[in-house]
Amino acid sequence: MTWLSIIIAGILTYFTRMTMIALVSRDMLGDRIKAVLAYVPSAVFPAIIFPAIFINDYGNFIEMNDPKIFAAIVAIVVGYFSKNVIATILSGLISYWIVLFF
Amino acid sequence: MFSKKQLFTRGMLDVAPHMLSVVPFGIICGAIGIELGFNPYLVYGMSIIIFGGASQIVFLQLISGGASALIAATSVGVINSRHLLYGAVLSEYLEKLSFIKKLLISYLVVDQGFAESNKFFKKNKTEKYLHYHLIGTGSTLWICWQISTLAGIILGSFVPEELGLKFAIPLTFIAIIVQDLKKIDHVIVMLVCGLCSLIFFDAPFKSYIIISPIIALFVAALILRFKK
Repeated sequence: MTWLSIIIAGILTYFTRMTMIALVSRDMLGDRIKAVLAYVPSAVFPAIIFPAIFINDYGNFIEMNDPKIFAAIVAIVVGYFSKNVIATILSGLISYWIVLFF
Repeated sequence: MFSKKQLFTRGMLDVAPHMLSVVPFGIICGAIGIELGFNPYLVYGMSIIIFGGASQIVFLQLISGGASALIAATSVGVINSRHLLYGAVLSEYLEKLSFIKKLLISYLVVDQGFAESNKFFKKNKTEKYLHYHLIGTGSTLWICWQISTLAGIILGSFVPEELGLKFAIPLTFIAIIVQDLKKIDHVIVMLVCGLCSLIFFDAPFKSYIIISPIIALFVAALILRFKK
């Protein structure tokens, strides 16, 4: 079942890559749709980020003093100023572990 | 005029700096798949079949959280819909290729490769074999992605569960969008999406992952209207 959904996801993804290059003329996408598509990352990824930080494994909201909130803030600040993907992820993980284990 | 080989090599070199983020990302993707308890073949199979880092992690996370296969596959499609934009931009330069070549080259269109090849295309519009640059960036990224997810799958089996490596998932996505915090319109869209995901978290089949982006994109369309 999971294999099947991976294959479907793969076909969908391939179509997002191929449609504009091979199937339709590029004028099909209006400027308006193109402008909206530019917002896709900002409109999609917070739906992963927010629940992964604010909701625990049992589906409940976490406390305000949870290490994940602190670590996410560290990662945002480091990421914003360093513009470095690895530094962002590592700073978040390390500050998470520091609060969690000490 | 560059030769095919020169363009291919140029593409490889142009995309090389991105390996600093692609390789760790691939390792995280593989390791998280194992951490979430998936079959290693399945985790690796995604790197060939889907070949899209962020969407692979989302897929694994949703399925392990009990989402239906349909929701998981659809959200991969939503996340990867940004490729439509890349395709629309690239098609101008790939117009003369045969249909088969267009079909083949499409598989290699990914974020970093698009960014570098598009930069190169803009400056070298008259080159005859431009597409070799895209093949250079795309195949370099493909090979590195395969190797690094494999490495992650192997490493993932050694990482103790107490470390809570799952937390690398939101951090990875923070790293992807953090630079957009500079733009107020993007910040609004992010907040709408994030708040919706918390409000609709208990909606059936984990459909918050589809509902929230749709509402957020609607808000984005409204913002664009007001901007004019």
